[in-house]
Amino acid sequence: MLSFFILLAIPLLGGPFLWLLGDRESAPEVNSAFSLATFIASAWLTAEVISGGPITAWNDQFFVDALNVFLVALTAFVGFTTSLFSRPYMRIEREKGKMTGPRLRLYHSMYQAFMFTMLLALTTNNLGILWVAMEAATLATVLLVSVYRTAASLEAAWKYFILCGVGIAQALFGTILLYFAAERVLGAEGNALLWTHLNLVKGELEPAILSLAFVFLLVGYGTKVGLVPLHNWLPDAHAEGPTPISAVLSGLLLNVALYSVVRCKVLADGALESRFAGNMMMGFGLLSVVVAAFFLSRQRDVKRMFAYSSIEHMGLVTFAFGMAGPIANFAGLLHMTVHSLVKSAIFFAVGHAAQKAGTQVMEDIRGLAKVSPTVGWGLMIGTLAILGMPPFGVFASEFLILTTAMREHPWATPFLLLALGVAFAAVFSRVQPMVFGDTHMKPLAHQPALVPVFVHLGLGLMLGLYIPPYLAAWYQEAARLLG
Amino acid sequence: MSAFTSQVINLFASVLLLIAFAMLAQRRIVTLINLFAIQGMALVGSTLTVAWATGQHHLYWSAGITFVLKVVALPWILHRLIRRLNVKWDIETLINIPTMMLVGIVLVVFAFNLALPISEFSQSIARGTLGIALACVLMSFLMMITRSKAVPQVIGFLAMENGLFFAATSATYGMPMVVELGIALDVLVGMVILGVFMFQIREQFDSLDIHHLEKLKED
Repeated sequence: MLSFFILLAIPLLGGPFLWLLGDRESAPEVNSAFSLATFIASAWLTAEVISGGPITAWNDQFFVDALNVFLVALTAFVGFTTSLFSRPYMRIEREKGKMTGPRLRLYHSMYQAFMFTMLLALTTNNLGILWVAMEAATLATVLLVSVYRTAASLEAAWKYFILCGVGIAQALFGTILLYFAAERVLGAEGNALLWTHLNLVKGELEPAILSLAFVFLLVGYGTKVGLVPLHNWLPDAHAEGPTPISAVLSGLLLNVALYSVVRCKVLADGALESRFAGNMMMGFGLLSVVVAAFFLSRQRDVKRMFAYSSIEHMGLVTFAFGMAGPIANFAGLLHMTVHSLVKSAIFFAVGHAAQKAGTQVMEDIRGLAKVSPTVGWGLMIGTLAILGMPPFGVFASEFLILTTAMREHPWATPFLLLALGVAFAAVFSRVQPMVFGDTHMKPLAHQPALVPVFVHLGLGLMLGLYIPPYLAAWYQEAARLLG
Repeated sequence: MSAFTSQVINLFASVLLLIAFAMLAQRRIVTLINLFAIQGMALVGSTLTVAWATGQHHLYWSAGITFVLKVVALPWILHRLIRRLNVKWDIETLINIPTMMLVGIVLVVFAFNLALPISEFSQSIARGTLGIALACVLMSFLMMITRSKAVPQVIGFLAMENGLFFAATSATYGMPMVVELGIALDVLVGMVILGVFMFQIREQFDSLDIHHLEKLKED
């Protein structure tokens, strides 16, 4: 109970505090301190869940079960490491004149606001509040995407705002329909949108309403997941915003949006007693994997390329949850975790690489391994990990997803294999000359923060070799919950 | 609920739909804002009627929020914005207004068909309202697609929210209060951010034409 309160209060207070603190030399450290405190609070909450099982708080308004507890911990962890990475990154940006005092102030306070919305979306039990938090996450990040005030970044932010706004409006309509169905069973009390209450009566919800509601919810939250064909905002927002924001968008926002879809799917499955919801997710997921893989080879901007890779991986996870069953769900959850760790590590390395080269165009970034081996090798190892090389965690989850697909939906396997192959060829052939080869780049003015890169990659490696028993137990429990 | 009140709600619903059509065809920005305010007023009217007819007290509150937000605050912000941005008397060239109207009609038919199986479950409220709400949402969507200036796009976005809100009050007697407050807060903050944003766009491009924002494309 108390841990919930503290977990949400820290980032909620952190936003205004950093705004008041303004443009001090210490602001990045304060930002990291708040993020660390949030991470400790999430660890505390996690410990409570490990020892005592699922928790609800504040008249069932908040709850944590096996499905969201590891996402809460992951979100707080990536939020903390990204804040560490952003310290030297933003100092360098400032010396280059791309960031100014007022912009940094906005950046730090909105960073905390974004963390708050993510944690609120994950821990709330109320599907209406979930919607509010997802919309607020867009609002918190939109000004950060346009923070450089270049023509391209303004365009990216406008697209992000309008497309996600329209998308999420569809999700609101879906939520209203869901409430309409729920009200007939649970009555017009405030409880009719609480997920735990809905989950108990999901079999009694009207199937005709629920199927329409799920379509709207999938399209709405799917826009934020970046599912094809609703993905247009994603590469732009990732490429034009500052790199720490690309890392948290890819590592956290997409996960939380997918989590919202999955929560709704559980209700739809219970009401429909058919594979309707799963089939829709499989369709969207497979389309995203294939389309994103083919777009990968056409990219010139390194952050844009990895943004497409995020679409591909989120598509894969959506496909896995669509297949359902204990193994596919387990693989989907594992993939969410390792993708978020590895992809944010890649963005950290890419951020410093782009700063060194002074450009994000891949052809102009060369020989990273020579000028700074850690950035170069971080990028190389991260790329191998995200492409699904053993022994990293991505390999384990992709292997599970593929074998399940072969057994249950053989028709889909060629598409998946083709997409993964195309993605491998496209990304590896681009990254290899960036890391090796000759260069004239100079070292950076500030020591880059590379501890987060290797911590993330180390965790990604560990999850490929050995999953701690309590984590495996959660995954299994959550997979069972998802049906 | 008596036949009379359901007729009143139907009346408000049709006003809402008519305004959605009017917005689709309106070229003057300042008139567009006024239409948006009137649409908000119709929303307040229908919410009050539902509140009175069903005795749901929290709906009075939500009517109050709607009034403050959509009839007073947002139009005021928008008026201020277009005055400061000097686009008050801008006229947008819209091609093919008759075609847009026809597409709008098709959308209404589609929305009614989509909502038909669901409105059968609606307990007492007039059955067409969910279809009208969905039609309003889709038509605002159409408006956002066809407009090339920033301010009308934003108004389309807000009008879409009106349609959603109408769906919430007519189909379900309103969402729980905490959710409604959250949505209102999001809309308000979003509006302020959009305002900031438009100044940034104009500073960069010297115009509010969205066509400038079409450079990021796949080669």
